[in-house]
Amino acid sequence: MFPEAFHISIRGPINDFVQSLVVNYGFVFKAISQTLLQAILFVEWILRGLPWWAVFIVFLALAWFASKKISLVVTVAVMLFAVGALGLWDLTMQTLALMLIASLISVAIGVPMGIWLAKSELMRRITLPVLDVMQTMPSFVYLIPAIMLFGLGKVPAVLATIIYAVPPLIRLTDLGIRQVDSEVVEAATAFGGSPPQILFGVELPLATPTIMAGLNQTIMMALSMVVVASMIGARGLGEQVLNGIQTLDVGKGLEAGLGIVILAIVLDRITQGFGQSSRKERGND
Amino acid sequence: MTDIAIRNVSKIFGGNWKAALAMTKDGADKGAILAKTGCSVGLDNVSLDIPGGRVFVIMGLSGSGKSTLVRHINRLIEPTSGEILVDGSNVLDLKAKELRDFRNRRVSMVFQNFGLMPHRTVLQNVVYGQRVRGLTKADAAPIGMKWIETVGLAGYENKFPHQLSGGMKQRVGLARALAADTDVILMDEAFSALDPLIRADMQDQLLQLEKNLHKTIVFITHDLDEALRIGAQIAILKDGKLVQVGTPSEILNSPANDYVARFVQRRAGAGEVQHA
Repeated sequence: MFPEAFHISIRGPINDFVQSLVVNYGFVFKAISQTLLQAILFVEWILRGLPWWAVFIVFLALAWFASKKISLVVTVAVMLFAVGALGLWDLTMQTLALMLIASLISVAIGVPMGIWLAKSELMRRITLPVLDVMQTMPSFVYLIPAIMLFGLGKVPAVLATIIYAVPPLIRLTDLGIRQVDSEVVEAATAFGGSPPQILFGVELPLATPTIMAGLNQTIMMALSMVVVASMIGARGLGEQVLNGIQTLDVGKGLEAGLGIVILAIVLDRITQGFGQSSRKERGND
Repeated sequence: MTDIAIRNVSKIFGGNWKAALAMTKDGADKGAILAKTGCSVGLDNVSLDIPGGRVFVIMGLSGSGKSTLVRHINRLIEPTSGEILVDGSNVLDLKAKELRDFRNRRVSMVFQNFGLMPHRTVLQNVVYGQRVRGLTKADAAPIGMKWIETVGLAGYENKFPHQLSGGMKQRVGLARALAADTDVILMDEAFSALDPLIRADMQDQLLQLEKNLHKTIVFITHDLDEALRIGAQIAILKDGKLVQVGTPSEILNSPANDYVARFVQRRAGAGEVQHA
């Protein structure tokens, strides 16, 4: 046995801290929660309100612009049709809305963070271990405080998804920018380019394929969170899986699971397509 | 025409630069300083006068500090001590914004591995300096086209760098420097990555430009033949120290020390074989 004299507990202080946050700053979190909820509901309202063929057209157009390959367009069409045929259309749109919001916020956080990491060695050294923790900490651990602060439902689900899914985007944005040929950056500097001109005109465009790979990873990881998210009240395909488990309805669970897989494949191929076409633009290197 | 004066410039790479700088003043050599302080000496008290309107060659082997020296002129590298005067004013006094303006309008640069932006077309690369200056695409395009024609790349303006050969890429690099319309052009081993025939072509083109444009061109090379061919004056660096400055005939006929003499002899030896 480890000697008891050396025992320290962080339980009490942490609990008190979260408690005081809830008591004293509850209104702040409520405000954040309300704003986020409105955004999620708005996206959901659009996706669920659109007729199915409109969503089809949007996805097929995205697939075409991403890859310029008719084969991908056909694949996406078949897969979306399968989702509808399995009766999962509405649930899929709910899940998609959560994915979109979580990915959007991840981009808004992840890309600027990645740029900062690429520019500052100190920031890198501080942030990388934090990202490791975010990716390895079991998600239930931060779901508990998220529920306490934001209540049950879609908002903590989106936040938990972001915590889990944003690290690859930060890492790959950082990597992409640091991999830009230093002579190209030096040349831009030598011709008098200002830091923003170099960032937006040279570094970010050249890092785009790597950043797109990061976005792809982020979306995939976000999708792997949908079942966990449904445990705290997010609806959609995850809830259906959960339901299947609870009622030992294997078929129902599998159907919803297939829906998640299809959504993953569609989003994966489209984002990969965009990454590859931006790679091609600069000469397959 | 712009004169450049480099005054007692030293550059020490490493954290303990104060100790290392003191050691260079006592005349310690590079190896001893590295062993004692962990710093490497890039440049050791170099002073040079680069007269305007000609090609001035800085020659040295790799590690001699020649690329480091040329980057001091547009402050891509900050000196540890010393001054760099361009037309009498000290470049080190420039604030960030002034420095960007100075780089944009006074000094342009050509790089060994071209430094072209792979996501921009030839024309977009060539007008980069003008675009940074704030010119619109439409205003910059004719300037770019003029220089693309001058370097013989007409018809390639909408190609991307990866579609060009090495020699063509460096012509783009040269056109970019010329389109920036600066008095000074720094060329860091600009022709070293090219094969011999194209290299000779580019040297001819550079001499032609010197004659027509009267720019101050600082040319870095490790090749004595190239230095003799294009340089109005040549400075030779070794281990961060200036060994000799002179016209090509001065270098050939009265080498300052054994190091320079060995260069010259090797060249003479090579010449004999060619003519045998």
